[in-house]
Amino acid sequence: MEVDAASTFFEWVYYIILTYWPLFLRGAGVTLLISLTGTIVGFGLGIIIGVIRTIPIDQNFNIIQKGLLKLINIILLAYIEVFRGTPMMVQAMVIFYGAAMVYNISLSPIYAGIFIVSINTGAYMAEIVRGGIISIDKGQFEAAHSIGMTHAQTMFSIVLPQAIRNILPALSNEFVINIKDTSVLSVISVTELFFISKSAAGVNYRFFEVFLVTCTIYFIMTFTVTRILRYFEIKLEGPSVYTIHGSQTVPEAEIRITDRERH
Amino acid sequence: MDKIIEVRHLKKVFGENEVLTDINFKVSKGEVVCIIGASGSGKSTLLRCLNLLELATSGEILFRGEDILTHDMSNSVYRAKMGMVFQQFNLFNNLTVLDNCMVGQIKVLKRKKEEARIKAMEYLEMVGMAQFINAKPNQISGGQKQRVAIARALSMEPEALLFDEPTSALDPEMVGEVLKVMKDLAKSGLTMVVVTHEMSFARDVANRVVFMDSGVIVEDDLPEVIFNNPTNERTRIFLKRILDDR
Ligand SMILES: Nc1ncnc2c1ncn2[C@@H]1O[C@H](COP(=O)(O)OP(=O)(O)OP(=O)(O)O)[C@@H](O)[C@H]1O
Ligand SMILES: [Mg+2]
Repeated sequence: MEVDAASTFFEWVYYIILTYWPLFLRGAGVTLLISLTGTIVGFGLGIIIGVIRTIPIDQNFNIIQKGLLKLINIILLAYIEVFRGTPMMVQAMVIFYGAAMVYNISLSPIYAGIFIVSINTGAYMAEIVRGGIISIDKGQFEAAHSIGMTHAQTMFSIVLPQAIRNILPALSNEFVINIKDTSVLSVISVTELFFISKSAAGVNYRFFEVFLVTCTIYFIMTFTVTRILRYFEIKLEGPSVYTIHGSQTVPEAEIRITDRERH
Repeated sequence: MDKIIEVRHLKKVFGENEVLTDINFKVSKGEVVCIIGASGSGKSTLLRCLNLLELATSGEILFRGEDILTHDMSNSVYRAKMGMVFQQFNLFNNLTVLDNCMVGQIKVLKRKKEEARIKAMEYLEMVGMAQFINAKPNQISGGQKQRVAIARALSMEPEALLFDEPTSALDPEMVGEVLKVMKDLAKSGLTMVVVTHEMSFARDVANRVVFMDSGVIVEDDLPEVIFNNPTNERTRIFLKRILDDR
């Protein structure tokens, strides 16, 4: 296909899609890879940190345990504050070039990207998880303690499952933000969607047409991800009906009862 | 008689506020002790101290003669023997009715799953909730929740069970079903300490009634004495007010 300066807008868009679709696809793939991995790892980090930061200071702890817990909490808080308080683009520069200079290792940009998105997400998720844990009714802890469960047992079998369910919307929100924000990784030459688009636009001097395509691809990704996660959220809420086993008159009968408190 | 709980000179202070002052009392095996008193008199705090949900400021709590405040026994082991039923039920919201009754047995008593299941079913049967094993807490009524909470506590096979106003959060028509279960338990010989505003339950079921006012035990006697001939003026005033309200 021939395009020149006189070609129409639609011809340009058509040309760009036709020529660059494998690159766009690869860029979108890298974007998805980094944001998905980063969100998952960051979520894991957030859970670990959120759980540690909500350990109550037990009167049974000895001085060393208390001191250690305090120290860990200070370090974690510093991590959270620093990574929430600086732009990810700047973090990317510092870590990527810092690793090269201080440790003399040149990270592959993709790994560097995954690393940066992960610890950045971790800082946000840590606070979200902590919020999720402390918003669980105190009665849940008390009931578990009253039958002898330890703090750890209570956390992992009772409180954390409820907290995670409550913060799932925040998690999918974080995933969507990551899909968009990986674009800043172009500063360390990660070949994600934005980086690819910039090159394609530069070669042809067609910024509007290229980025309109890019915009559409970003939107398709975030929209699809939002729908998929919403589906899982609904599934996780569990069945809204339950079965009564063996009614008194007909023992094999199963009566299905619908919810009382769910809409 | 076999003493299960003995409290000596128990004191609890929140900040500047002395909530419990020199509490002394005993509970023997198989006894049902009801604690009554005005709101804010420290009934819940006393119960929570007994279950170590609050740490007593000073004094002794003896469980079968062992002082639990000086850690002769681990908190976990002790609490498993001293069950608690809460006003707000506090069922584990993420677990089914059956799992609510199994999780403690498996995690704390280290029972096998099958054994835990059998025990749980036995007690769910007893409180009339065996049909609802697959329901989640938000799918059953308040009275049903409280009966499951009782089954959960019983599944641990505690030596004594503490109840903190178990019917106060219930709609009036559901109070009866919970009190019925509690009466059956009392008859079966379970040791119970019950904080309640249900005076008829205290009168009919309790072996002893303890009247508390502003952090002290004012009177501790047989229900007939407390309700018919209270020796203390404060008891008389409290009962008059409560019974007039009805
Ligand atoms: N965690 C706490 N911190 C400070 N003060 C508290 C705390 N818990 C209870 N109190 C105070 O202790 C006093 C006794 O409270 P408690 O809950 O034991 O009373 P109660 O007899 O159970 O009352 P009710 O019938 O309303 O349940 C109240 O004045 C209350 O404000
Ligand atoms: Mg109370």
